[in-house]
Amino acid sequence: MLLRGSHVIAEAAVRAGCRFYFGYPITPQNELTEYMANALASLPDGVFIQSESELAAINMVIGVSMTGKRVMTSSSSPGISLKQEGISYLSGQELPAVIINTMRGGPGLGNIAPAQGDYLQATRGGGHGDYRTIVLAPGSGQELADITRMAFEYADRYRIPVIILGDGMMGQMMEPVEFPDPIDPKSLPPKPWVLDGAEGRPSRIIKSLILDTSAMEEHNWKLFRKYEAISREVPEMEQFLTDDAHLAVIAYGTASRIAKGAIKRVREMGLKVGLLRPKTLWPFPKRILLQMSRTISDFLVFEMSAGQMLEDVKLSLEGRGRIHFYGRPGGIISTPDEIAKVINNIYFKEGLERE
Amino acid sequence: MKKVFGRPKSMKDAVFHYCPGCGHSIIHRLIAEVIDELNIQGKVIGVPPAGCAVLAYDYFDIDMGEAPHGRGAAVATGLKRSLPDRIVFSYQGDGDIAAIGTAETIHAANRGERITTIFVNNGVYGMTGGQMAPTTIIGQISSTTPGGRNEDRDGVPIDLSEMLAIAKGSVYIERTAVDSPKNIVRTKKAITKAFKAQMAGLGFSLVEVLSPCPTNLKMTPVQASEWIGSTMTTYFPLKVIKDTAGKL
Repeated sequence: MLLRGSHVIAEAAVRAGCRFYFGYPITPQNELTEYMANALASLPDGVFIQSESELAAINMVIGVSMTGKRVMTSSSSPGISLKQEGISYLSGQELPAVIINTMRGGPGLGNIAPAQGDYLQATRGGGHGDYRTIVLAPGSGQELADITRMAFEYADRYRIPVIILGDGMMGQMMEPVEFPDPIDPKSLPPKPWVLDGAEGRPSRIIKSLILDTSAMEEHNWKLFRKYEAISREVPEMEQFLTDDAHLAVIAYGTASRIAKGAIKRVREMGLKVGLLRPKTLWPFPKRILLQMSRTISDFLVFEMSAGQMLEDVKLSLEGRGRIHFYGRPGGIISTPDEIAKVINNIYFKEGLERE
Repeated sequence: MKKVFGRPKSMKDAVFHYCPGCGHSIIHRLIAEVIDELNIQGKVIGVPPAGCAVLAYDYFDIDMGEAPHGRGAAVATGLKRSLPDRIVFSYQGDGDIAAIGTAETIHAANRGERITTIFVNNGVYGMTGGQMAPTTIIGQISSTTPGGRNEDRDGVPIDLSEMLAIAKGSVYIERTAVDSPKNIVRTKKAITKAFKAQMAGLGFSLVEVLSPCPTNLKMTPVQASEWIGSTMTTYFPLKVIKDTAGKL
């Protein structure tokens, strides 16, 4: 099927057994909301509400998630800021949910052009309190489909909100996609913690208020242990032409597509350059990156921001390798030629060996 | 010996943390009695607020899911849309519903969500220590209106229930009080009708309950209850504000 990115996410969500969607209009991701409106209207168990605000949407997500059913919301940067209250509650209450952020230029109202300025917000929790969310960064149409399916799996497996971090370019881009078989929501394993009326069992509470400080500490450590397990089990990184590389570009999402184009160009000139593309931004694939530093001396972090993932690269490499940065914030989309020039510059300046 | 009065089945065997003379414990009990009488303990899901009543889940022996401050109607919407045959209610204070959660509440009512809201109006922010609430009356002294609520500066007490009555999706809205035995009986009747309206699938229902907060009003329990009848009801008259539900 040939579909634009926003529609791929929506279709993949429905096929993952998601029958509940709540959202508020915001550019550049309205196509996703509109697709869900159509798709869920045609399903007998589908529920779509255009909410009065992003705050309302994320709180409706909380309500559905409490009943154990797969549920999604989507927005773009300013709207995601509003959802952070609910994301913090979902985290504290250990509720699964999938949240799509089609990033745009910021801060503030910014613009509607593709950008990657919400990296730190997404990977550092984003709302109040000591928590993390799984953050997935698709790099192609096919991956939008696959990652959306995974997002629901992870959300249920770890009882955690999962954020798919894309941008307007990803959302509009049309590529051929093969979808996995649809899941019947009724076939999903029952969750033993849901609220559905306490018929025939003791009543349950889902809450995040823990007034006793020792109990609150233990809850935080419990979350921490979960995050540790996720950090071991979930990180993923695509490696492209890295076997013989002296320099690796590190980029995710749309930036990684631009970087790939640039790498193909400089490879033709005999420069040994590869790409490292994190598919998970939290947990960041730091172990893989650290391993790469045995053979790669130079790392160029390329982001559509003033430098946010850069912090994770520095933390992961623990002082190994030379780290370079190139980024353009505000919704500017660099061209592959522009990045090729940047690579060239670094390559020659550092005196790296050519073929 | 015949037992004539006991703890409702839908209440846990727990000691209320509420202050002496506080209305929450009465209202909790009334809701539990109604749940028992309608025989819906195993089908009801409650949404407690942020505020003094956040710990409601320690007292109700029913499924409960906590909402962020003011978002009770949105969380209840999600619960109800997912489980249309369950009975979902939110329990919210005046600050929760009439200040921070106004948008969620009005739109839930306007969509005609089949949920019930118990709106406890005591005219102050209780848990945070007695600040001005959206329903604090003119001249009332609070920790943030040391000279009394001033209309020019603070606006007038908001008539949220009357506003909600305008919404087409609301079917039953009544304002009651728990300041006297007579009004407590009326409150229970109103809660019963509100739940029944939901169970009949008619639309959004709400009972606003004027409730004493002696601690933050700096009154004795008796004075606080008397203040409701003498002063608060002049701004918030007790009445059926809307009833298109008919006889249930």
